[in-house]
Amino acid sequence: MNLHEYQAKELFREYGIPVSNGVAVNSSLDIKKAIEALEGDRWVVKAQVHAGGRGKAGGVKLVHTVEEAEAFAEKWLGKNLVTYQTDETGQPVSKILVEECTNISEELYLGAVIDRASQRLVFMASQEGGVNIEEVASKTPEKIFQIAIDPIAGPKSQEAESLASQLSLSESQKKQFEKLYLSLAKMFVEKDLSLLEINPLVVAADGNLICLDAKINIDSNALFRQELLAEMNDLSQEDQRESLASKWKLSYVALEGNIGCMVNGAGLAMGTMDIIKLHGGEPANFLDVGGAADPERVSEAFKIILSDENVQAVLINIFGGIVRCDVIADGIIEAVKEVGVNVPVVVRLEGNKAELGSEKLSKSGLNIINANGLEEAAKFVVKASKGENS
Amino acid sequence: MSILINKDTKVICQGFTGSQATLHCEQCLDYGTSLVAGVTPGKGGQIHLDLPVFNDVKEAVSATRATATLIFVPARFCKEAILEAAEAGLDLIVCITEGIPILDMLEVKMRCDNLGVRLIGPNCPGVITPGESKMGIMPGNIHLPGKVGVISRSGTLTYEAVKQTSDLGFGQSSCVGIGGDPIPGSSFIDILTLFEEDSETEAIVMVGEIGGTAEEMAAEFIQSNVSKPVVSYIAGVTAPPDKRMGHAGAIIAGGKGTAEEKFKALEAAGVHTVRSPADIGKGIGEITGW
Repeated sequence: MNLHEYQAKELFREYGIPVSNGVAVNSSLDIKKAIEALEGDRWVVKAQVHAGGRGKAGGVKLVHTVEEAEAFAEKWLGKNLVTYQTDETGQPVSKILVEECTNISEELYLGAVIDRASQRLVFMASQEGGVNIEEVASKTPEKIFQIAIDPIAGPKSQEAESLASQLSLSESQKKQFEKLYLSLAKMFVEKDLSLLEINPLVVAADGNLICLDAKINIDSNALFRQELLAEMNDLSQEDQRESLASKWKLSYVALEGNIGCMVNGAGLAMGTMDIIKLHGGEPANFLDVGGAADPERVSEAFKIILSDENVQAVLINIFGGIVRCDVIADGIIEAVKEVGVNVPVVVRLEGNKAELGSEKLSKSGLNIINANGLEEAAKFVVKASKGENS
Repeated sequence: MSILINKDTKVICQGFTGSQATLHCEQCLDYGTSLVAGVTPGKGGQIHLDLPVFNDVKEAVSATRATATLIFVPARFCKEAILEAAEAGLDLIVCITEGIPILDMLEVKMRCDNLGVRLIGPNCPGVITPGESKMGIMPGNIHLPGKVGVISRSGTLTYEAVKQTSDLGFGQSSCVGIGGDPIPGSSFIDILTLFEEDSETEAIVMVGEIGGTAEEMAAEFIQSNVSKPVVSYIAGVTAPPDKRMGHAGAIIAGGKGTAEEKFKALEAAGVHTVRSPADIGKGIGEITGW
């Protein structure tokens, strides 16, 4: 789960981590009041979306007057912001963050993520902060400094010192950095983060460190113990079909093709997409019905797949381990009756009660094509998607 | 021979009286697994599936001399359940549960390593030695005792590989689902090491997927440490890159983690790769001449 910048910065304040003063508003009518509550004679206005690359896309602006800020708010509120990290539609803007302007003398980068390879929480820092950090990382990886935290012993002051020295910070900045590092590490663990990024972390003209941007991802598996954060989730930032799917504990990702897929298990779902492609077809989606698929969820999954008007054929590929194929078959039959499917449906059932499931499908009298094996299923559905008979 | 478990391995189940555990333990018993007891806090003294239930792992272990545990405990209690098993002196922990917070796993993994306990999973189908013992949720009837060792990050793709090697008559020595989580208890390398040492295993199937660098690390390991033929399939060539929010994930991965990258690394290490998940069994036939 992602947080907006303004939400992340609220969290930062809770941990005493230095951020600019700012106010988030929903309407251009609130801009004046927001600016009156802030200091200075210029401000930064920032569109709040779950995506990076906002600056380059025009979603961040330095303003000198209330009118300029209001115009920015009017331009973006209710619109979608497209950045290189979003799809072509972009992400809807429903909040603008208005912040005091900081005089920047240096832009640093500070990020933290759980590194699968070292199996540690790893902090990364660089003197080359700002918009081109990914390029820095790929072209000059030696400019990204890393430090790993021992999961049992926790973060150490020496780790902060070592990073601060590599960043060539002054003595007083080193002290600030140590506090920042320890607070961020504490927050990461206490709030079950999976990613944290401050780009840029700036050295202000007065020499103090301040976090100008803040990105936070929260581990979705830990939301049961992070109730307050779970409430901050902005569903408008998610694909509508994807969030409907997650309500039913289905994992769905919309794609560009015309073959709808329903599979149990993420690996097999990806494998099914791969084999469709190998046979000249294009998958319309990734959909994992999970291990505990019941008829109701199969039926909901069907509806979600068919709500994509590009879908010309559907492939259901179930290898029953936990799930029983006969139960899946009941769900398919129910769904086809209820939703009224008018595209060919190819079904491949294997494993737990597969024979019983296939028998049920054959006897249902519905227009369902039974396939024997993964290869045959892929061939059938690709043909069907092109309007050919198997 | 087999790796990890055989017909004599005494197994307990944590979270024994829950509905999923009950269903799968019945199937494990039917398969021949030497399941000797269960653990559910507060239900000690009861009998479930004709087996004794204990309040904690220590009690169960001292009463039964079990050496392995199969965990079905809900995700929010899994950290404690795994650590309890690790500290009770078991050799092998197989955790089926999915959805464990990643920070819990960081600590669990380190503590298990420190205690020298082998953890398989979480979020995995488990381990099976065909014809002998099954600790997991895989359908037993697709397996055939034989000579292919199967390792996979994905549950149902493991079944796919198993069925193909059974249909062709090769069979499996043991099959291990290491699980799809970012911090798995055991890695490809851990299990490759066991298969390389196992005299019954004559060829290895390794099924990977996009994300992380476990397959790249395995490729490096195979090149210098594995003499047996390896066939590999990586799922997710057509998967779209994740919608991203920041750069940190990309920076730490350093451009690795795509299916193509993994195929390349494996091919460079002399692994026989297949591009279709339907060709895994065929790949074994080609590389071994069986």
